[in-house]
Amino acid sequence: MTSPASPVIDASTSRAEVELVLEPGRADKNYWIDLWRYRELFLILAWRDIAVRYKQTVIGILWAVLRPLLTMVVLAVVFGRVAKLPSDGDAPYPLLVFAAMLPWTLFATSLTDASNSLIGSANLISKVYFPRLIVPTATIVSAFADFLISLAILAAMMVYYRFAPRWHIALLPLFTLLALLASLGPGLWITALNVKYRDFRYVIPFVAQFGLYVSPVGFSSGVIPEHWRLLYSLNPMVGVIDGFRWCILGGNSPINWSGFALSLGVVAFFLWLGIGHFRRMERTFADLI
Amino acid sequence: MSDIVIKAENLGKSYTIGHQAERGRYLALRDVAMQNARELWHKTKDLLRGRPIVLGATQEEIWALKDVSFEIHRGEAVGIIGRNGAGKSTLLKVLGRITEPTAGRVTIKGRVASLLEVGTGFHPELTGRENIYLNGAIFGMTRSEIRRKFEEIVAFAEVERFLDTPVKRFSSGMYVRLAFAVAAHLEPEILVVDEVLAVGDAQFQKKCLGKMGAVSQEGRTVLFVSHNMAAVQQLCQQGMVLSAGALSYCGAIGDSIRNYMQDVKATVVGTELANRKDRKGSQWLKFTRVAICDGLGNELRQVMSGENLSIRLYYQARGEMRKASVNVAFNVRSSSGYLLLNLNSADSGQPLLDIFEHGYFQCDWLRFNLRSGVYDCTLFCSVNGEIADWMQSAFILNVEDGDYYRTGKLVDRAQGDVLVPCSWASQPGAK
Repeated sequence: MTSPASPVIDASTSRAEVELVLEPGRADKNYWIDLWRYRELFLILAWRDIAVRYKQTVIGILWAVLRPLLTMVVLAVVFGRVAKLPSDGDAPYPLLVFAAMLPWTLFATSLTDASNSLIGSANLISKVYFPRLIVPTATIVSAFADFLISLAILAAMMVYYRFAPRWHIALLPLFTLLALLASLGPGLWITALNVKYRDFRYVIPFVAQFGLYVSPVGFSSGVIPEHWRLLYSLNPMVGVIDGFRWCILGGNSPINWSGFALSLGVVAFFLWLGIGHFRRMERTFADLI
Repeated sequence: MSDIVIKAENLGKSYTIGHQAERGRYLALRDVAMQNARELWHKTKDLLRGRPIVLGATQEEIWALKDVSFEIHRGEAVGIIGRNGAGKSTLLKVLGRITEPTAGRVTIKGRVASLLEVGTGFHPELTGRENIYLNGAIFGMTRSEIRRKFEEIVAFAEVERFLDTPVKRFSSGMYVRLAFAVAAHLEPEILVVDEVLAVGDAQFQKKCLGKMGAVSQEGRTVLFVSHNMAAVQQLCQQGMVLSAGALSYCGAIGDSIRNYMQDVKATVVGTELANRKDRKGSQWLKFTRVAICDGLGNELRQVMSGENLSIRLYYQARGEMRKASVNVAFNVRSSSGYLLLNLNSADSGQPLLDIFEHGYFQCDWLRFNLRSGVYDCTLFCSVNGEIADWMQSAFILNVEDGDYYRTGKLVDRAQGDVLVPCSWASQPGAK
């Protein structure tokens, strides 16, 4: 297979070694190595998604600022002012909402993009070989770019509210990774299903909209009665959002650790399901798409 | 033995397709409801078993490739030829790892780059420069590799001035040139090419052929699929003929082409079509047979240019209609793959035709004007704007040169495929 990783100089030496056997049902032993070899394709596809997203928009990158900011304002007004829900500790309500908007937008955008990614690259998939896992994972990078912009907005908000972060913020990258993994699992699963059954493309916008209200984005998960907390944590985003608030708002938002562990388990389960299903379906993508 | 780069053993690839059950003329709501319930049940069963859903009451397995075995040596340029639907593209897809075989095995030594369509992955919003990097990466090149060849690619494509223009503003010629240029600068050990030369102007096609010839001279292996026999003959030394999914001949390219033409001629006049499965459309009207007749209605084995022909397209329909809005058409492709003509009833002034349960459409082709050769024809019929039947390579025209101009003379065959009635005169006139 075309291996961009091996430089041209050693092409002559590696030539004899590369032997590929194609057989029905043969799980490719070199799959993960191949994935690594194609890392440049991953980067370029991610870059393409980002470049294309803003090419024909008038205010370009500003969209990435406006969208979360306006959603935050609406949620803060509805839940904080109108419904008068309590904040965590003495954290300002808009900050509480925005700290949850960060992982939620990351999750929703990457889930939506990843789910549609295979169908969107149908022409690639039916014409060229490369590890298909690259397509949905690359779309997640562009969602991550939006996330970084939102992070800058958060910093600005914290300055505005004179809210200093504590040591907890150092763990934010870990929770970011968790948010990415939480979206990757279902994303892979649904994009693979989407190739076969196009019904699933109607499911995702619904999940993204519905989830915004089911997950503790506009309100603190502290308002959920204690005996429902564990059940509530079956929603993997509950753990992620609580984690984000804990990092950003410092000690104001305590984490329900048993619930968090449960969310972690659900994330792991979906990741296992997603990758497993994707790998099994992958071989038939070109025939079905 | 170490020189074998591709070895296929009993390779097979099957697809499952579904057929709609024959429905009666009158449909009761109850029947429809039952049918839908049954389909839903089948779908659910398939879903639970993790099998692809196949619509239709009956299912059929179609072998696009069956029991194909061959060996290809290093540095060979192999032409793969065969009629449409013979399995050429499927073979390339299997070799290019795009789809997995259903049976048998292939052993491949070396990196494969498959060029099934130029411009794969081009993004219209991105500039020429950006697309070169994107496309290169899709074919497995690294950024440093692309950077090294960038100048060469741009020069080959002749698009220097438009590098920073989004490719959606490119002319189709520029687009194809750029796409081919990227692909041509890949350095795989095995290059798989499908019909890319059908695009671009003649000069650029020549350049592409030259480039591919150079690739095989460098000791790399080229697999080339095309309907353009001249190009295949020029580029390849070896040939493989596929026929209905099986390998029917394998050998030197000249013999392969002769074998292919024989294969095409074997299915000559009076072509039975009723049992062909490779067709599209609602099948409300279905072609069953094609007969090529002279002006008196006698069936012909071979036609001669200059004769009056009647081409009868027999069909069966699921109902009768008077003055229906029908378009019957066939197009004619030369053996080198060029689309020459399309003859259809709507454009030629008969938009309304009667349909019988059994009958034939007759196309009178006066003073038949194609030169000697074998021409491949695709049949098409739409009823009330809906495609009823559509079949690639439905029948062939086996033509001998005749005395078209009634002068006993005809220019050398290499001067073109089509004859046109004309007259000449000489007049005095202005400078």
